[in-house]
Amino acid sequence: MTAWLLGVLQTLLFVVSAPLLAGWIKRVKCHMQNRAAPALWQPYRDLAKLLRKRVVLAEHASWVFRATPFIVFGATILAAAVVPLVLAQHPAAAVADVIVLVGFLALARFFTALAGMDIGTAFGGMGSSREMMIGALAEPVMLMAVFTLSMTASTTNLSEAVGYTLNGGLVLRPSFVFALLGLMMVAVAETGRIPVDNPATHLELTMVHEAMILEYPGRHLALIEWAAQIKLMVYMVLIANIFLPWGIATELTAQAAALGVTAIGAKLALLGVLLILWETVMAKMRLFRVPQFLGFAFLLSLLGMLTHVVLETGG
Amino acid sequence: MNYLSPLGLAYLALACALASGVLSLGADRYASLLRYGSTILLGAAGLAAVGAGGWSLLHESRHADQLLLGLPWLKWHVRLDPLSGFFFVVVGLLVAAVSLYAPGYLREFAHRQNIHSRAALGVATALFVLGMLLVLLADDAFVFMIAWELMSVSSYFLVAYQHQHAPNRRAAFLYLLMAHVGGLAIMLGFGVLAAFGGGFTFEAMRAANLSTAWASIAFALVFFGFGMKAGMVPVHAWLPEAHPAAPSHISALMSGVMLKVAIYGLVRLTYDLIGDIQWQWGVAVLVLGTASTLLGVLYALMQHDLKRLLAYHSVENIGIILMGLGLSMIFISNGKPVLGVLGLVAALYHTLNHALFKGLLFLGAGAVAHACGENDLNNMGGLIRRMPQTAVFFLVGCLAISGLPPLNGFVSEWLTFQTALQAPALQSGVLRSLIPIAAAVLALSAALAAACFVKVYGVAFLGQPRGRRVGHAHEVDVGMRAAMGLLALLCLAFGVLPTFFLDAINGVPRMLLGITPPSATAGGWLWLTPVSPRVASYSAPLVFAGVVLIGGLVFLLLRVRRKNIRRGYPWDCGFGALNARMQYTATAFSMPIRRVFAPVWDIEEEIEETKHANQPFRPAAIRHQLHVQDKSWPRLYEPIGRLVLAAARRIGLIQTGSIHTYLAYSFFTLLLLLWVVT
Repeated sequence: MTAWLLGVLQTLLFVVSAPLLAGWIKRVKCHMQNRAAPALWQPYRDLAKLLRKRVVLAEHASWVFRATPFIVFGATILAAAVVPLVLAQHPAAAVADVIVLVGFLALARFFTALAGMDIGTAFGGMGSSREMMIGALAEPVMLMAVFTLSMTASTTNLSEAVGYTLNGGLVLRPSFVFALLGLMMVAVAETGRIPVDNPATHLELTMVHEAMILEYPGRHLALIEWAAQIKLMVYMVLIANIFLPWGIATELTAQAAALGVTAIGAKLALLGVLLILWETVMAKMRLFRVPQFLGFAFLLSLLGMLTHVVLETGG
Repeated sequence: MNYLSPLGLAYLALACALASGVLSLGADRYASLLRYGSTILLGAAGLAAVGAGGWSLLHESRHADQLLLGLPWLKWHVRLDPLSGFFFVVVGLLVAAVSLYAPGYLREFAHRQNIHSRAALGVATALFVLGMLLVLLADDAFVFMIAWELMSVSSYFLVAYQHQHAPNRRAAFLYLLMAHVGGLAIMLGFGVLAAFGGGFTFEAMRAANLSTAWASIAFALVFFGFGMKAGMVPVHAWLPEAHPAAPSHISALMSGVMLKVAIYGLVRLTYDLIGDIQWQWGVAVLVLGTASTLLGVLYALMQHDLKRLLAYHSVENIGIILMGLGLSMIFISNGKPVLGVLGLVAALYHTLNHALFKGLLFLGAGAVAHACGENDLNNMGGLIRRMPQTAVFFLVGCLAISGLPPLNGFVSEWLTFQTALQAPALQSGVLRSLIPIAAAVLALSAALAAACFVKVYGVAFLGQPRGRRVGHAHEVDVGMRAAMGLLALLCLAFGVLPTFFLDAINGVPRMLLGITPPSATAGGWLWLTPVSPRVASYSAPLVFAGVVLIGGLVFLLLRVRRKNIRRGYPWDCGFGALNARMQYTATAFSMPIRRVFAPVWDIEEEIEETKHANQPFRPAAIRHQLHVQDKSWPRLYEPIGRLVLAAARRIGLIQTGSIHTYLAYSFFTLLLLLWVVT
């Protein structure tokens, strides 16, 4: 029971700190590009403002449009709930393994894309169509990277996988390196970062995610934005904790938990800087270059899997 | 024998189906006879079939019997065991839902389509259901083939029912042809088994002692035959032609259950009659299943006729079922029967789930066609406001077929993934690396299916109506809604409470392989743990509760401070009012995917631009023509068709038209045969 309670607390921590991570990333990006940076807690202010605002719905909006923010938010929180953040032994990890986690994100994407088509504007349809293409290509890459991991650890349960990496000690598995690279590229594509999509743009012809949610106002928009921040954090925590789990709390003491929080905070801050470095040196791609980008990511994950089969099990 | 038994109920189901057919004979004179009398009897047949199947599945009982029909030396053998019982449930559920749907649908159908003969429709439907049930009961090759042909031929009449349209006649002929080529292969497969077993009964075939080579030949024959009927790539071409041609409730039966009867045949012959599975067979099934999965969904994405699109998705889902079976066969032949059971259970569960959601979607497509007379997605739009309840049910079907949690399609795909992830247990490195690639293809297909159903739902139900008739669509009648609601509810139940149903299915592998399956439900009804809790677990009830709870809680929290919602115009870029033609169409939606996977199809795209005389940069009119074709036609069928024609022409040379020559042929043949015999 205590474990479940801690699990819920951890999820709350996850959800509440996601905007902070977004604020950090935005700050680093501004510094990197020699711009004046907003405060670290600016995303909280934005969310609070949006939550207070009145909702202006498009006249044809159906219930799908109005239900989508709640479904997206719920599914994304569930995805966050099964990822070990501070505690390695996370009871909720048994509720849904990593394949189900991919399913949650797919569910959120499905509804966002539907909402994009609901109003009947050209932008919405354009965004949905592009998002589903990118999503369709990213999902196999993600699962391939995950399969490499779960075949090595012979589990798809995230807590068990983290435990496996921890117990394995600091060894260099070539398959993990490939899987890590593949997963990082997918994370970039799935969270709509440069070079696949640009979260900061509202330029009609290039936007993908922003095009789908163009018609969302007020608290609906707040939920969608918040869900997007959580999703980014889910990917970053996955990368940080599965491949480099050191520092995560394995026992239930205040000391271990404090260390866990510090460790994951440091890892996420570092990953945020890496992401911004990558975003600063890359230019946004044309839409039809994205399949090549994801194809390369798939190749990396496939190599990871083959290395595992050939090198690491001695078949 | 005791008639209060699963077999007795099964007889009742057969009798009801037969009675429904007999009653339909009078439907031309009394129109309501078809709508009420025969559909009610058909519904009773469905319910009895569910009862019989469920009873036999839960009690794991086997009942065999001999009917007083057939040849003097070969009575009809029938048997109801858990495997048949499982498929009885699948068929029965959908037949019951369809008979709930049929009265309302047929009324409008008769109105609109200038119906020819109600009697023909009713009799063919009843015989079709009878044939499917009898195939499942058959315990000798003779009954099996008779029932199989009954099923094929009666469904031919249903496909050809609207024969005033030339494409339907062509589809029906193609269907009949392919069904018979497949049937021939199955018969030859039975021939091999019967020759070694010394009898036509399944009992004798089970006891047959085949060499590996002969077993492989038998397997190849039945795999080809059943694969053809199931719509496996590359012998799927009849399916997207034939299924949309039939009336919608029949399409639901054909796509939802007739394909499953072929899967039944494959499982029965491979696991039960041939036994002794080789790993090469598993690889063949896995590879063709993977190809069907990917190509099925890619072809589906290019369709904008709703029923054709759904038919192509059947190819995809049959592929997923075959992947499960292939994995199961690979594991069994490699001495890992417990993992083999997992694959088999995944395949069976997907069989059941596909019947439910595909039935639901076809019934939904029928409802849409019924309400606005349209099958073309590019003319639909905004139906969610005109048909609110159908829209909800259809959305459930879309979520289920896209493999999204917490619906049923996800559970069976998850089980298939879990089976594939056990590949490290195998010895061979090639298999160990082949299987995860197949799993990645499954992931790709599932994501593409989601894209396809965003397209379907977004274009048909959301947005603005693209035509006047669609704008005036009306909700369908209670019976049709009830049928869709029932199936939608079952989709949700089978997704949220999978442990109960998986426990029931376990009787099938216990019978076929004689092993108690791994404790997929050992952790209680909440937890689905296919291999062991450490390896993987999924708790569908908690996930469902989680989504509802979090979404609902946030909704309530925000509702407290809710201010009135204002409605305004959507953003139109300042260019003036939006109209329905500015929306993305189905063709536009799938364009990025068409471009990425271009080599898969034969695409003919033609853009014609007419320019203003004095304004060279402003086109006056643009004509865009797009034709996307299935590659299997030019690559496979047309060459074979040409070959057959050429061969026929050669053989035709011996036909002189003179009776004397023919008598001479007979005489010499007789002599030759006498020489052979002596």
